[in-house]
Amino acid sequence: MDILVSSLFAGLLIGMVLAMVALGLTIIFGVMEIVNFAHGEFLMVGMYTGLLTAQATGMEPLLTLPVAAAAGFLLGIICYFGFVKFVIRGPMVAQLLGTFGLMIFLRNLALLFFGAEDRAIHQGILVGKSFNIGMGVIAPATKLAAAALSVIAFWAVWLVINRTKIGKALTATSLNPQGARYMGISTERMNALAWGIGGGTVTIAGALLVNFWSVNPFIGLLFTMIAFAIVALGGFGSVSGAFFAGLAVGVITEIPGIWDFLTYIFNFGWMADVPMTSLKYMWVYLAYFVIMIVRPRGLFGWKR
Amino acid sequence: MAEHILQVKDIKVRYSSIPVIQGLSLAVDPAETVCVVGANGSGKSTFLKAIMGAVRVFDGEILFQGREIKNLKTEEVVRTGITYVPEERMLFTALSVEENLLLGAYTLNDKERIQENLQFVYSFFPRLKERRDQATLTLSGGEAQMVAIGRGLMSNPSLLMLDEPSLGLAPRLVDEVLDTVRKLKREGMTILLVEQNVRESLEIADRGYVLQTGRIVLEGTGEELIRSDVVRKAFLGI
Repeated sequence: MDILVSSLFAGLLIGMVLAMVALGLTIIFGVMEIVNFAHGEFLMVGMYTGLLTAQATGMEPLLTLPVAAAAGFLLGIICYFGFVKFVIRGPMVAQLLGTFGLMIFLRNLALLFFGAEDRAIHQGILVGKSFNIGMGVIAPATKLAAAALSVIAFWAVWLVINRTKIGKALTATSLNPQGARYMGISTERMNALAWGIGGGTVTIAGALLVNFWSVNPFIGLLFTMIAFAIVALGGFGSVSGAFFAGLAVGVITEIPGIWDFLTYIFNFGWMADVPMTSLKYMWVYLAYFVIMIVRPRGLFGWKR
Repeated sequence: MAEHILQVKDIKVRYSSIPVIQGLSLAVDPAETVCVVGANGSGKSTFLKAIMGAVRVFDGEILFQGREIKNLKTEEVVRTGITYVPEERMLFTALSVEENLLLGAYTLNDKERIQENLQFVYSFFPRLKERRDQATLTLSGGEAQMVAIGRGLMSNPSLLMLDEPSLGLAPRLVDEVLDTVRKLKREGMTILLVEQNVRESLEIADRGYVLQTGRIVLEGTGEELIRSDVVRKAFLGI
């Protein structure tokens, strides 16, 4: 029983962070209908920013969040004005190849500056601490903090989108860009803002993640794929959808633990032989695959 | 001569080298209702979109309150005081009636002013007040058109441009929409109306223009146009 509860709990914790990872992808898609293949590389930038800021200044890793957010916001805006703005004039395939190129560019830039080795944070008040929450659940402080701060940041972005004038303008742009222009909204600025928020949120997630996940220049693709699965599950362009889908995908990544629990319950010999841990992410992509067939608009529908 | 609020001088528009508007001139005076009539494909909607900066004008002048606005970005044209109610309505369907209306006041910053305008629109269209929290996706065609027009009024426009507001509506609703235009005219609104219901809209209008294949072929008061041979033969089937 304990292993089931702790697996579910761990899944929800990582799910909250993954929701934050996917938030930017769904916002950018919602506003511009462009899929950013470099999304995971943005996350990587956030991880390196958090790591290097903390190591260079010796400051508490959690305090690097604003730095990471600013770097991501800027990165998003620069990508929009320097690059995305031009590719969106082209056909869909140009946009796909364009952001794919951005992914390779950022990845190699990271390789050039930081080298291929894994790097991790070993400092800060959270490192090495964990809390016993009861029912056999022991949660590392780094993950607890990352999950809590992800939820807070996600909620803040949700508030901006749903409760402020600029958020409404962003929503209007995503629903009908020409209609938005007729209201006097500069959709160009809204597009840039979507990239800014998209970049800023995923780098926050990155700076949180790096507290318990080591970073290398190739880390991006894994998270791009997970973010795709979350966005597909929640509905493309859906912000609240991304949150719940993030939790669901988090739990899916803990299927190996749940499998252990089932193995223990049913006690079939063959169950213990299945190499579940190495199939961890297969379940995420399988869920993605099934969703695409059964409910291609996601659980919450597009842009809701 | 009265100062024109809008003056269009000899503008030309092409869609990929095919001329759509070939030298169109038109003027609107303050508090006047001007109607442009023409068959499908005569360039009526393109003309309004050209004013809005939504299609490119490659020759001529567009002066609004004395200022050249030709080929400004659409959002900049809106900020000069022109609102455009598109024929497709372009509501933000996932949002509520009130959210749509408030987006119409995007260019205003004064919150009291926005509330006043909202109350004005609700008094003008009481049915929208009843449905303020409803998603516009669920509205009937007539109600959706009310939202589109109401949204256009939310920014206190100096000029309201209506693009075929009766398009796709049942006959009873057509009358309702044209009644709305009449009421707005009585409120002193300056209106540039493009319509396919030729007789009714010319009856409302102070002046009108007849557009054929991108050119003005006739202009005059509404009365004059209704009695003219061009309009009688081409539109009224008399």
